[in-house]
Amino acid sequence: MAQNQHTAGAFDIRNIIGALIGLYGVILTVMGIFGDQERDKTGGVNANLWAGLVMLAIGLAFLVWARLRPVVVPPHQEQVADQDEVR
Amino acid sequence: MSSPTVLATTLIDAKFVDYLIILLYFGVVLGIGLLARRQVSDSLDFFLSGRSLPAWVTGLAFISANLGAVEIMGMSANGAQFGLPAVHYFWVGAIPAMLFLGVVMMPFYYGSKVRSVPEFMFRRFGTGAHLVNSISFAVAQLLIAGINLFLLGSIVHALLGWSLWVALIVAAVIVLSYITLGGLSAAIYNEVLQFFVIVAALLPLTLIGLHRVGGWDGLTDGITKAANAHPDTIAPAEQQLNSWPGNALTGFTSDFWSVVGIVFGLGFVLSFGYWTTNFVEVQRAMASNSISSARKTPIIGAYPKMFVPFITIIPGMIAAVLVSEIAKFKSGEAVAGGASGEGVTYNDSLLLLMRDVLPNGLLGVAIAGLLAAFMAGMAANISAFNTVWSYDLWQRYVVKDRSDEYYLLVGRLATVAAVVIAIFTASLASNFSNIMNYLQTLFGFFNAPLFATFILGMFWKRMTPTAGWVGLVAGTVSAVAVAFLSEDAFGSWSTGVIPIGGQGASFVAAGAAFVVDIVLSIAVSMVTQPKPASELRGLVYSETPREDLVDPDEAGRPWYQRTLPLAGIALVLVIILNLIF
Repeated sequence: MAQNQHTAGAFDIRNIIGALIGLYGVILTVMGIFGDQERDKTGGVNANLWAGLVMLAIGLAFLVWARLRPVVVPPHQEQVADQDEVR
Repeated sequence: MSSPTVLATTLIDAKFVDYLIILLYFGVVLGIGLLARRQVSDSLDFFLSGRSLPAWVTGLAFISANLGAVEIMGMSANGAQFGLPAVHYFWVGAIPAMLFLGVVMMPFYYGSKVRSVPEFMFRRFGTGAHLVNSISFAVAQLLIAGINLFLLGSIVHALLGWSLWVALIVAAVIVLSYITLGGLSAAIYNEVLQFFVIVAALLPLTLIGLHRVGGWDGLTDGITKAANAHPDTIAPAEQQLNSWPGNALTGFTSDFWSVVGIVFGLGFVLSFGYWTTNFVEVQRAMASNSISSARKTPIIGAYPKMFVPFITIIPGMIAAVLVSEIAKFKSGEAVAGGASGEGVTYNDSLLLLMRDVLPNGLLGVAIAGLLAAFMAGMAANISAFNTVWSYDLWQRYVVKDRSDEYYLLVGRLATVAAVVIAIFTASLASNFSNIMNYLQTLFGFFNAPLFATFILGMFWKRMTPTAGWVGLVAGTVSAVAVAFLSEDAFGSWSTGVIPIGGQGASFVAAGAAFVVDIVLSIAVSMVTQPKPASELRGLVYSETPREDLVDPDEAGRPWYQRTLPLAGIALVLVIILNLIF
């Protein structure tokens, strides 16, 4: 109860998703530009580059979403008490 | 157990960048476990995430928990073998059942404030049914966790050339560490993350694969050619390219019985049984923050679920055309190699397709996605197992009335024990040729009678406690009996007295379990004493006031945040999908 309300911050799942997918995007984009493109496997498409750019965009979207609409974590004890009252 | 040559030629040739991507993933997974640990304060946190998660998180976790080995390897194997009829597992099976769970059954689960599905059983039917349900569920989870672990181990084996045993143990330790650290919250957070990694793995695979075979037309041409070249071993192309009537899938020669088998056996009994009573799934919804979120959990999950066949079944179909080993195996030849080291099977479809079409980089994402999927499946089984074990078996029957910390410790110990046992059930799983068959068989035993008992108990207040456990036991026994009498539901143990095999045998076993359970439950209820109506509030439809079942806040929200409109749209979409394919 004494605990103040706080945002989920790093623990917000959207930040974790955004960071991981975004990082994958960076790695794949770099691979697509500098690495072996292996066009014989993909049928002539620079698959790493395209997949990397898409993941980068999705990762960023998650980070932005988490920044714009942060989750506020209610103090835990209070919430449990709440539920019991409703009962 | 693996020959030295395996080390020299691993199935997939991963490079540094692939390992980097995989390591990153595991770093994040363990990090979530550590972060979640700081927030776990009591046993409600550990087992039900403190009932605090929003609906989109639990919705994605809901399907991720199931997006493990079963879906990915099993469904791509089904796609390679049967073609499009495999979509019935989604569009006739899962989706209607998930919607039914959200609309009809979830209010009882969430509203009665039980912590597990077996606990609901206890409140409705008392000790007998509860004990049967808890024990059968716990055993099933251990077996299924073993299957997931086996697949996880076989991928690591294929990838790194480690022996299967070493791979099994390493994989088990990773799953163990993040569940024991963070409990259900960590499991759910990882499941949501896994969902995105899995999509990032499978979507490029599908698109590049389709590009390589020459688009949808190229795929259908390839399947038609292969079917015409080997009419004796491969099902006719028109059966592989149309989902109905699905004779190749069910193994029934009659179109009519095939459709009945799919709709009643797979759609109604197996899938409703699985999705509505399986605590692995329901636990995710119970972790949400309100009755409205709990109801929306399976319904929100239904939307991505609808499109999962496009990234699992279609890659399987592509593999059967594009990957020479799978194409040869399909035409009846034995091909050496494969993840198991004992010859290529349909279960290798996805791995071999990855090898053939993905450049290094994306290959790493794909491997991370598969590892993620199998860990998701296993973690889900284990976290559901430890709840049922601690609350429903240990606390209720063995050591009662101890402190919260005590049961938290029991839960953690149960997790460790479950993982060790899963390592041994993993070796059991390697005896079955088609993992999907094995899983369907298991679900038939445990879930079909459970669904029958639940649905009757929820809507018929006269149903007695005795009928509850008698129906469950008799239903399970009759499913086992049918499986033994069929051609191959139990692999080499089946006797073949009833001339049905393949997935059709599972559908019949489940159907038999359902019918036997309903008939016996009604018969027994007629001669035994029902519970008084006062004890059935919140458990039986007619005894529960309407306002207990809905969220009073929900009516004021826009349509896209309300349960029923969301469910209606999902239903329409899935009907459209059925009409197209």
